[in-house]
Amino acid sequence: MRVPLEWLRSLVSLPDVSTEEIAERLTMFDLKLEEIVGGGITGPLTVGRVLEVRPEEQKNGKVINWCRVDVGALNEPSVPDAPGDDVPSRGIICGAHNFKPGDLVVVSLPGTFLPELGFEIGSRKTYGHVSDGMICSTKELGLPDDATTADGILVLEPGSAQPGDSATSLLGLDDQTLDLEVNPDRAYALSLRGVARDAALAFGVPFQDPADAVAVPTGSGGYPVRVEDPLGCPVFTTLVVTGVDPTRTTPSWMARRITQAGMRSISLSVDISNYVMLELGQPNHCYDRDKVAGDLVVRRAEAGESLTTLDDVKRTLTPEDLVIVDDNGIIGLAGVMGGASTELDDSSRNVVVEAAFWDPATIFRGERRHKLPSEAAKRYERGVDPELTLRGAARVAQLLVELGGGTLEPGHTTIGQAPARAAVTFPVDLPARISGLAISPEDAQLTFERNGCAVSREGDTFSVTPPSWRFDLNDPYDFVEEALRSAGYENVPSVLPTPTGGRGLSRSQVLRRRVGHVLAGTGLVEVTTLPFVGPADFDRLGLADEDPRRTQVLLENPLSSEEPGLTTTLLTGVLKAASLNVGRGHEDVAVDEIGRVFLPRPGAPDAPLYGVDRRPTPEELAVLDASLPEQPFHVAFALVGQRVRRGWSGPGRAADWADAIDVVRRLGEALHVELVVEQAQRAPFHPGRCAAFRLDGSVVGYAGELHPSVASAYGLPERAVAGEVDLDALIAASPEIGPRPEFSALPVAKEDLAFLVDADVTAESLRSALVSAHPLVESVRLFDVYTGDPVPEGQKSLAFALRLRAPDHTLTDTEITEARAALVSAAEQLGGVLR
Amino acid sequence: MSAPNKDFDPVEVTPLRADELERVRDEAVAAVAAASTLAELKQVRIEHAGDRSPIALANREIGALPPQARKDAGQRIGQARGAINQALAARTAELEQLEEQRRLVEETVDVTLPTDRDPVGARHPITTIQETVADIFVAMGWEVAEGPEVEAEWLNFDALNLGPDHPARTMQDTFWVTPASAARVLRTHTSPVQARTMLTREPPIYVVVPGRVYRTDEADATHMPVFHQVEGLAIDKGLSMAHLKGTLDHFARAVYGTEMTTRFRPSYFPFTEPSAEVDLLCYVCHNDPAEVASCGTCRGEGWVEWGGCGVVNPRVLVACGVDPEVYSGFAFGMGLDRTITSRYDIADLRDLWDGDIRFTEPFGVGL
Repeated sequence: MRVPLEWLRSLVSLPDVSTEEIAERLTMFDLKLEEIVGGGITGPLTVGRVLEVRPEEQKNGKVINWCRVDVGALNEPSVPDAPGDDVPSRGIICGAHNFKPGDLVVVSLPGTFLPELGFEIGSRKTYGHVSDGMICSTKELGLPDDATTADGILVLEPGSAQPGDSATSLLGLDDQTLDLEVNPDRAYALSLRGVARDAALAFGVPFQDPADAVAVPTGSGGYPVRVEDPLGCPVFTTLVVTGVDPTRTTPSWMARRITQAGMRSISLSVDISNYVMLELGQPNHCYDRDKVAGDLVVRRAEAGESLTTLDDVKRTLTPEDLVIVDDNGIIGLAGVMGGASTELDDSSRNVVVEAAFWDPATIFRGERRHKLPSEAAKRYERGVDPELTLRGAARVAQLLVELGGGTLEPGHTTIGQAPARAAVTFPVDLPARISGLAISPEDAQLTFERNGCAVSREGDTFSVTPPSWRFDLNDPYDFVEEALRSAGYENVPSVLPTPTGGRGLSRSQVLRRRVGHVLAGTGLVEVTTLPFVGPADFDRLGLADEDPRRTQVLLENPLSSEEPGLTTTLLTGVLKAASLNVGRGHEDVAVDEIGRVFLPRPGAPDAPLYGVDRRPTPEELAVLDASLPEQPFHVAFALVGQRVRRGWSGPGRAADWADAIDVVRRLGEALHVELVVEQAQRAPFHPGRCAAFRLDGSVVGYAGELHPSVASAYGLPERAVAGEVDLDALIAASPEIGPRPEFSALPVAKEDLAFLVDADVTAESLRSALVSAHPLVESVRLFDVYTGDPVPEGQKSLAFALRLRAPDHTLTDTEITEARAALVSAAEQLGGVLR
Repeated sequence: MSAPNKDFDPVEVTPLRADELERVRDEAVAAVAAASTLAELKQVRIEHAGDRSPIALANREIGALPPQARKDAGQRIGQARGAINQALAARTAELEQLEEQRRLVEETVDVTLPTDRDPVGARHPITTIQETVADIFVAMGWEVAEGPEVEAEWLNFDALNLGPDHPARTMQDTFWVTPASAARVLRTHTSPVQARTMLTREPPIYVVVPGRVYRTDEADATHMPVFHQVEGLAIDKGLSMAHLKGTLDHFARAVYGTEMTTRFRPSYFPFTEPSAEVDLLCYVCHNDPAEVASCGTCRGEGWVEWGGCGVVNPRVLVACGVDPEVYSGFAFGMGLDRTITSRYDIADLRDLWDGDIRFTEPFGVGL
């Protein structure tokens, strides 16, 4: 909301303080200053009349205009080198073309400082002439731009000023305007009336409501109206003004205030309509009475009906749209925009003034449905004072009479009445208790009254009836905010509460942190990536058409149609990140991500929209949760290039499938869960180099070498490796108490045994057979795998270092021999032959 | 060697003469001293203490002496041999020490060679800042709550006093999950976790909620469709705005140092009433009159916006099953991504999301 300071001061007698202080006080009153506009222009900014325009083509093909401008008393007696140099004027170079001789323009003569440019205009030689100033655009003057002025010079209304007049005061450029951010609850502050009331409160000065000063017609009259939807339109008022002189123009003071408030001065009747909306906050509409046929009727639209709005767009309506119709059809979309057919034009003399109170939610939905934000809708959707329709319409009529020469027809039509406001009761100490600030009941009462509330106090209870314009005062705490606003947010004391002892981080929070540290300790760099993916990402991963990971949680309004939903695997993110790094010249990349994946739950119910007057039952809450997709935390990682870097000490070592498996193994160890590694085949991995990790029977993750086509699709070198694990599953299985340390100080017996087995016997199967072969086996570690001569074709040799130990005595030779025999026998079960 | 002295006559045997033994001993000791390496010393040992050394030969002559003379001769030989062995042992130790010194000198390496053979990992600053914030609150006795990112519309909006036609819904550009009729959204704030906490726990409640949230902003240098917030909720008997201020002051000082203060400005949020914006004293210029005008961080304001807060709206308490006649509470929320970008002077928010390892690496495993 742009609030011209001059206008504000005309409505409330503020002390003689700086603009900054007014802004600061209003900010602390919940009208936050965005910026102070205007007021920075100094020097001879002058109205000029263009006398002559001489286009001159430059060497670069650009055409500039060498102009002669009449600036009245500020003219030079003659301008050498200027066209018509015998006439007093100024010579100015201008690159724009949207003006012609005779136009009134704004000229910044040498010595003018324009804040938008940040420097003082001088007289300077350019394009072969001395340019004695500058013809200004709206932008250079710091005025709001719109389509009509966007790319050119500001051309003033003919007759609105004389050459030599100060453009600074004509355009109100010496006035400052406060651009205030108005929160959605403070609809009343979208008017000078509302801001003035708050300013009076903030400075503790008296306030006279400008609406009270408007004379209100009495008796019936106005224009006939039928309201068929009183819920959508609780109050509707019409007045009729006849004999308006269509040749009258907007007085400069009004045009200036409208312009400063951020709107455009268009014509007298339109300006009056907008002026009253800005002044009192009552949006209104003026119909050409001679174009309206029969009664005005307010009703819902029928499906398929349409309306061409004032912006010349034909809009198809729905039964939810509230419309105004006459005998000829729809003439306005209620509260949003009028129609073209009954619009005032250059010859309109008789005016129907409409001012209504519309149901805010109806306007809110309609504005969004038609993507038609307007100044009127902005106010209606937040809530316009429902008791203001008659005064608002009367103010429009009053100005049409005063400025337009019209005559107000007697009486008015007002259908409906403002809904009564209920009193709100609450303890008198509530403001102090909730704000933590010593606000006395007396101070609170005074504040409420100055805000327009009716207050009664019985003992320790307030009963407060809010004024019609305050849509935000409904609950006791709303009044606490009002009292606190006056007492000063800055005065709230600082008191640290003392919770009664928390339980610290949850186990899963602790374990997720642990995993993060383990990954970093393993040399992985954590990334966070956007979760939006699409079919192309799944193609790159080589997922089969029927792969369930292709079934995404989809979005209604994704930012990109290429990425219509949320990811089901974090591999999309880490592989993209790895790819980006490789593309930026990193040969060796190890990245990980810890985050959620989103897995649709087939047959999930819709999420119910419960009421808010009570807590949903546990069963109702369970439905909410059941409606959501599964969103477990996963960990994914990718290793590309060297795992041990090449250098002075050696050739380094490339990351390989074993490193990928080892990352997962480390996570398992960190969480004390036993992950069983199995051979697996799964995209995006190499079919022969992929491990599945089984935890308590379920597969919880995969790791291995990327399929060459996947590596290539991501621009990664061959042999790049990756993995992904369901972190929630690991954490859920992690025991509260980890393994007990078990070791013996007694001597160890070491045995190295190598077995010939068939090539398809996995190392893990033989290792686990050996581990459980005999109670004296303490550990089994594979130290060699060998194929080739003399190992027969189709077989391999697996060599293990075994440690045998008893917890309570030194082993005898007999025991060792027995254990050895048991180990050999266990290997034989798998077809192993001792070498 | 002399012939055996069968007659037991005292015969003068030259090698056993005292002066001769002294000479042999001195020669040996001199040779030991002259040995400059362990290898030379080994040779000296053979020559002067070995089986064929003069002293060994002399020892054999003892048999040629008459019995009464053997003891003296034996003693003389023993003394000489002892002296030689002692010299050998001492020199061995000396030479071993010298040899070790020499070897260690030879083994000198260039310790400035790069040792970064194993890659070093790092954690993303968004992860660590969430942990840092959580730790500050856990230390005050608060707990850390979490919730889903795909959330029920009712929990993201309605339960928080954001009804279907609430104008404030347009303040948050929402991603809707298909089908829209199923009333699921990508949560636009961490606040639904507040509601979830109240719905599942009895007061007193003191929870902090760090997490990822979504808005339909196109990615650019200052906007991302996904970002991170931390939110706090306290529900207890007798809580007021003053407790909110105290909590935020403490939080600010824990993050920015003991000189930090906060400022409340009135504001509007549907889920709090009264509501406030909380500003931090500018952590660059500290609102110092000499510096504030030219400060680029606060742009001359002296304060920087930190987040939103307020007393929990009783309507939210009712929807979440907390009795507003008994309990009151406060809530606050702030963005974490901009805390990172402003403190580390990062111009482009997208750097947090691209996955370039050079962004994360400088943060190491902690901020």
